[in-house]
Amino acid sequence: MTVVGFALYALIGAGALLALVRLALGPSLLDRVVATDTLLVIISAGLAVYAALERSPTVVPVLVVVSLLAFVGSVSVARYIGGMLLRSRTGDGRDLGLPLAAEAQGEQP
Amino acid sequence: MTALADVVAFACLLAGAALCLTAGLGLVRFPDVLSRMHAGTKPQVLGVLLVMVGAAIRLDGWANAWMLLLVAAFQLLTAPVSAHLISRVAYRRRHVRRDLLLVDEFRGAGHQDVWYQGDEPKDAPPEEPGPVQPS
Amino acid sequence: MTIEPAATRLRHQVPLVVWLVVVWVLLWGTWSWANLLSGLLVALAVLTLLPLPHVVGGTRVRPLPMLVFFGHFAADLFVSGAEVAWQTLRPGGVRRTAIVQVQLRADSDLLLTMVAEATSLVPGSLVLDLDRELRVMTCHLLPARDLEDVERKKAHILVVERRLVRAFGSAADLAALDGHRDEGVLAP
Repeated sequence: MTVVGFALYALIGAGALLALVRLALGPSLLDRVVATDTLLVIISAGLAVYAALERSPTVVPVLVVVSLLAFVGSVSVARYIGGMLLRSRTGDGRDLGLPLAAEAQGEQP
Repeated sequence: MTALADVVAFACLLAGAALCLTAGLGLVRFPDVLSRMHAGTKPQVLGVLLVMVGAAIRLDGWANAWMLLLVAAFQLLTAPVSAHLISRVAYRRRHVRRDLLLVDEFRGAGHQDVWYQGDEPKDAPPEEPGPVQPS
Repeated sequence: MTIEPAATRLRHQVPLVVWLVVVWVLLWGTWSWANLLSGLLVALAVLTLLPLPHVVGGTRVRPLPMLVFFGHFAADLFVSGAEVAWQTLRPGGVRRTAIVQVQLRADSDLLLTMVAEATSLVPGSLVLDLDRELRVMTCHLLPARDLEDVERKKAHILVVERRLVRAFGSAADLAALDGHRDEGVLAP
């Protein structure tokens, strides 16, 4: 039982760590949004695993909140970027303070 | 009976946790935003479903099972919406590795920013999809 | 926007009210009359304060095709989930992806939404764009081995659409599906 518990936490922890790596590396804002979304879902999976291992239902309402929060967060950021691109004059949002994708920075003059 | 239920529950939990790990791996290893979306949102759906099923078996009591079902339903309803919004912005901002595209039937006016933005991936523009490589 | 009689509006909103009440009761976790009544109040308040256009109309549910659809959907979920998971694990990484357009035949908001959701949920395909007027759906496919593989996946999306229309579409939708039998995949 404990072995299975360790394996479960190890798998989920490794997944969360890799999502964090992508969150840190970027390179673009959208990559970070995707990484955050995934990280939140992995966290909710971790909470569910905890609830299942301990047989304690106290964290179940937290799961509902986290799963909705992931959705609201990523949708609002995506809409925000889309709206900025619509209003931006240079076309990439630089004039409105949107950070450039790091993929592109090697190509900047 | 309970032993059998536990085995099933732990199998579901292990499979779901492994899928969470593949989601992280895919996020790190895949080449562009659209592919990373596959990694982030897909094993996620199945993985979360499996974890929820496992947890629902372990936590006996209908109230908890229903609430976990609600979480799973929210996931299934919302994951495509956020994925669609993000992927649209990603395509418009050219965060697509064109050299990895086998086919692109979506090219043309209006779908993508036409002018150069200094925003494309470094090795992006062979505009034509490359020759087919058997894998 | 035309003002419609309250009765028709209410009739169209009934599924939404039921859904909201069910979510409310599930959130409370226990079934009781107090929960049901407060849920009804909250649902009606939400619908009055934040009115939605109704999308439900002209659909019907056929139980047996619905089971067929959900069975195939679950199988797809597992098979393609394993495929995408293998793509993340295998040495060499992802080689090829593809962006394709598929000409759908269903012509109702609800059915198109369901097709898009089902396509998006199954791993390996991601909906980029859905053109409501032309009924063209643009997808990003992750493991695209060769052109043949891409064609197979496009055909599979149409098969999913057919199952969905069989399960939820009206008679007119079914007829439209059969009328378009020959022209399937959009020419590039």
